[in-house]
Amino acid sequence: MGCRLANALLHGYFDGELSKVRAHEYELHLQHCVDCAVALVEQQLLRHRLQLGELYQPAPAALRQKIRGRLRSLSSVSAGSQPLLWQWLAAAAALLLLALAVSRVSPELRSREYQAELAGEIVEMHRHSLVPGQTTAIASDNEQIVRQWFDDRLKFALPVRNFADEGFALQGGRLDDIEGRAVAALVYMGSGHLINVFMWPTKEPDRSPHSGSLGGYQWVYWRKHKVEFCVVSDAAPGDLEHLHRLIAE
Amino acid sequence: MRKFDSRDQVRFELLVLPHLDAAFNLAYWILRSRQDAEDVAQEALLRACRYFRGFQGGDARSWLLRIVRNSCYTWLEKNRRLELGVAFDEEFHVQICITPETLAITDDDRRRLKRALETLPPRFREVLVLRELEGCSYKEIAAITSIPVGTVMSSLSRARRQLGLELTGSGRTEACRGV
Repeated sequence: MGCRLANALLHGYFDGELSKVRAHEYELHLQHCVDCAVALVEQQLLRHRLQLGELYQPAPAALRQKIRGRLRSLSSVSAGSQPLLWQWLAAAAALLLLALAVSRVSPELRSREYQAELAGEIVEMHRHSLVPGQTTAIASDNEQIVRQWFDDRLKFALPVRNFADEGFALQGGRLDDIEGRAVAALVYMGSGHLINVFMWPTKEPDRSPHSGSLGGYQWVYWRKHKVEFCVVSDAAPGDLEHLHRLIAE
Repeated sequence: MRKFDSRDQVRFELLVLPHLDAAFNLAYWILRSRQDAEDVAQEALLRACRYFRGFQGGDARSWLLRIVRNSCYTWLEKNRRLELGVAFDEEFHVQICITPETLAITDDDRRRLKRALETLPPRFREVLVLRELEGCSYKEIAAITSIPVGTVMSSLSRARRQLGLELTGSGRTEACRGV
């Protein structure tokens, strides 16, 4: 092998892309040619410097977040998504509390059995709605998309807002049917906790918020402008109060 | 075309999203701006979503990087057309004198190394970045850049030579001649 050919093969050898036979021929040439050996060492120096140069530019975390968000809004939650057990538990507990809230505002006192039955029914319906393909849900952090989605399905207007800047990122919405009436659920993520905001229309007058907790879950309930609200999560009570203020203001 | 559903989303997040660093890195080195690279990388990822149903499996990184690269050149065509034609970028040119003997590298050297790489024409930058920073094989580089495998070696050879010259401060004359 002459220098001309060796020179042409230098980079292939350096990158480990030559066939075994070719690589061997190249190595034989190096044994006799100082110039070609030096050329190879120069490549190694260059590579070494590039490696030390910290030139690699990893993607900013914000970009990753942004793309994840866009992906979520592109796909719908419905088909094939398997909710995590804890999410289901949170949702079940939330609906149980909702049932309690509903029973609270109704004038007649409901029996304990009836409450349990109602809660069971609600949970069962909700569970059914989580089965892939059975649910009508929208996964988006875009207020307009979520609002439009609800507008197409509900007779009352919802205050759909993304409070990502305040620490409550809108995840999307869901529609539940409880005792034949539509209940909207907005889903937020705050400090790593899933938060459900349940809303349904009412004829009752406004009511200031009152809160409570059950089995490790917090809730805040209030009425405003003919809509009843119930915020539920395992997040800190302060967080729910904060979210309540954001929604109610 | 069927809608991008949550099953696709999960697959996409598992197969494609892990290569976001590679996507951004390539975009950065073609465009030489973090902001532009963010915009184009995001656009490319969303474009990848739309094409995702056509992705038959295989090398997701090469597949994504090919889309990123195309998005970058489309963007350059639209926004910085002149850059594509020039073999050598006056604006980015710097005289670099790092003694080749020393392997120790200072922050200042790092900056100059970065500038030297930025000075190269985009077609040189991309093969160097894919090979040296991304560790792609010739076959992968060929798949990403749509050049024949046989041409990858000579492209790398010219790109490295040019970078070497930039680093020793004699790049200007060479660059004006070449490409």
